[in-house]
Amino acid sequence: MVTPHRVLVCHETPCVARGAVGLHAAFRREIDRLGLDHVSLEISGCHGHGLCSQGPSVVVEPSGFFYNGIQPPDAEVIVREHLSGGRPVQHLFHRDPVTGRTAARYADVDFFRRQRRVALRNCGRINPEKIEHYVDRGGYGALQLVLSTMRPEDVIELVEDSGLRGRGGAGFPTGRKWRFARRSSSDVKYVVCNADEGNPGAFTDRSVLEGDPHAVVEGMIIAGYAVGARRGYLYIRAEYPLAVRRVQKAIEDARDKGFLGSDLLGSGFSFDLEIKEGAGAFVCGEETALLASIQSRRGMPRPRPPFPTDVGLGGKPTVINNVKTLAFVPVIVDRGPGWFSSLGTPQSAGTAVFALTGNIRYSGLVEVPMGTPLAEIIDIGGGIPDGRKVKAVHTGGPAGGSLPADRLDAPVDYEALQELGSTMGSGGMLVLDEDACMVDVARFFMDFACSESCGQCAPCRLGTGQMVRILTRIATGRGAREDLVLLREVADTVKHASLCGLGQTCSNPVLATLEYFKEEYLAHIREGKCPLGVCEVRASVRPGEQGREFQPGGLPAGGVGANLKGGCP
Amino acid sequence: MRDNSELITDIYRSIVREVLSDYAGHQWPLIPVLQKTQQRIGYIPPQCVRLISQALGPSPVEIQGVISFYEQLRDTPRGRTVIRTCRGTACHVRGGPEVMIRLRDILQISEGETTADLAYSLESVACVGACGLAPNVLVDDEVHGRMTPQKIEQLLQDREEEEPW
Repeated sequence: MVTPHRVLVCHETPCVARGAVGLHAAFRREIDRLGLDHVSLEISGCHGHGLCSQGPSVVVEPSGFFYNGIQPPDAEVIVREHLSGGRPVQHLFHRDPVTGRTAARYADVDFFRRQRRVALRNCGRINPEKIEHYVDRGGYGALQLVLSTMRPEDVIELVEDSGLRGRGGAGFPTGRKWRFARRSSSDVKYVVCNADEGNPGAFTDRSVLEGDPHAVVEGMIIAGYAVGARRGYLYIRAEYPLAVRRVQKAIEDARDKGFLGSDLLGSGFSFDLEIKEGAGAFVCGEETALLASIQSRRGMPRPRPPFPTDVGLGGKPTVINNVKTLAFVPVIVDRGPGWFSSLGTPQSAGTAVFALTGNIRYSGLVEVPMGTPLAEIIDIGGGIPDGRKVKAVHTGGPAGGSLPADRLDAPVDYEALQELGSTMGSGGMLVLDEDACMVDVARFFMDFACSESCGQCAPCRLGTGQMVRILTRIATGRGAREDLVLLREVADTVKHASLCGLGQTCSNPVLATLEYFKEEYLAHIREGKCPLGVCEVRASVRPGEQGREFQPGGLPAGGVGANLKGGCP
Repeated sequence: MRDNSELITDIYRSIVREVLSDYAGHQWPLIPVLQKTQQRIGYIPPQCVRLISQALGPSPVEIQGVISFYEQLRDTPRGRTVIRTCRGTACHVRGGPEVMIRLRDILQISEGETTADLAYSLESVACVGACGLAPNVLVDDEVHGRMTPQKIEQLLQDREEEEPW
């Protein structure tokens, strides 16, 4: 008998951009032409080898043979030789661009081998558009267990015992949040999945939604059961159209199978889900702004308390969890809280998922146990290309900080990173080499915060703009030493006086670079220019201080369609 | 003979009516209705704001406030082709700004603007999450990775040859 083969063509955003759709079609044609009944052709999420820049990637199961960066004509060869003839095509195997070594199986790729994939357990292994694939790998088993054997309080206790903390960045204990919502007495409650992954340089949530949407759906149903909600919303950002399509399909299929709808699996518990698409506003990742946006209002944060677990959507108790947090829930039910807490550190249980980007050899998703030193993650990413040295690692995006090379022994752990002036964030990890200018990095994040500030409270609205001005002055060689004092003063004010998380954290990139890279600021001031020649070019694109001016009539200068969405004044 | 503007308003009215019926009974329909209207027309004309206001309740000013708040929603027409450079972190450190500079030179417009012939709009987009391919440029919704100023120029030239306006 011929062994059944499954060909998985990665259909995540980067691979699609590199021609995965045409490649899939080429496989289809050739498989059909030869009438290979033992081969099933599937799309998949990211295979997780850190080679997104060299896709599209294809894995042939059951053996896990790995072809990367191949073209439609190569598909014909693979179908003929490998799938039909049983002879894997060696010259098309993935070849490491650096070492030149060939990896026949993707499990041999270092980047993949050294990870511990829990939230990403199914990404790249299943077709995210087929619920059977998810079920084959144990999916919806946790839901059945919960509905048939556990009371809501048991579920909450289990999640508390696991030590799971929110993966959106703040790290609030998930079980405790659920308990608050459970305790709030109300006839209507909601569960919301925060998939507004707006942090520039982070794509961990996108990858889970595109690669394994049912894990999030199952996590949400379990959360709904635990807190007593009958309805949930997934708030997915507008920039992720593929994720929206995959989740929509997952919801429909789950409904068909009776995992969503009324009286789930005969338990008497009813729950259903709906997608709310974001409309492009970073601040909507803040939970109270997100709630306003779901309710079709401007996404403006409001002071807390009351917390959403008491007053949320339509004034009703609402639990808001990040994508990865929810994706962990079914595994925790399956394998037990003890197993989950045994991964990671006493304070930070489980694994952390990072989107490794920047000046790094292999860019992609890395999932490692909490407590893993930053340096080891850089090492998994193959280090810095072209013999250069690492200068800094920035986690947490606009809310985070850059840590210098001599602090990379720091473990990824909520408290440890916070103590150093950075933050875990929601999964972005930017690696910077010696050619990066840290003033430019600080300016980049502040410009981002300034244009994304909702404008409601003065410290954030005015402070971010002032910081962009000061940073631009320094970046373009017109800064003075006093500017550093002023910069720190404004940064501290914005940090302590702003209304919401955006304002309270957006000073971090400035404060961290002032702490660890003060010499670079001084060099700009001393030399009257950017020593690396980076800032001038960048500043001319987002001019900050000299940029668009407000016009008294209310409309900003500029042509058709120009408004303040384009950048900071 | 009815003039053009009346005709256009009629068309908008029927579009808005269709969109509204898709969301009848929905909780909090305003943003989805605006998104769908924009999808159909390309932007949200003032006539539509008034029609949506009459149907859903919020005043035109409130609706305008929602439109101006969100990057995705627009009250002015955009070009037939929308070019967006990714302004994510990885794209920034790997040469995204240089690509934007070249695009401004080629199209002779700034970020957020549309060419006079409505052929192109030039925008930036918050991270599209394809950081492995940084820097990225989106031509309409298609991601083009590992962009350089030379490559973007070539790409635009090729498009012009394929479908001259």
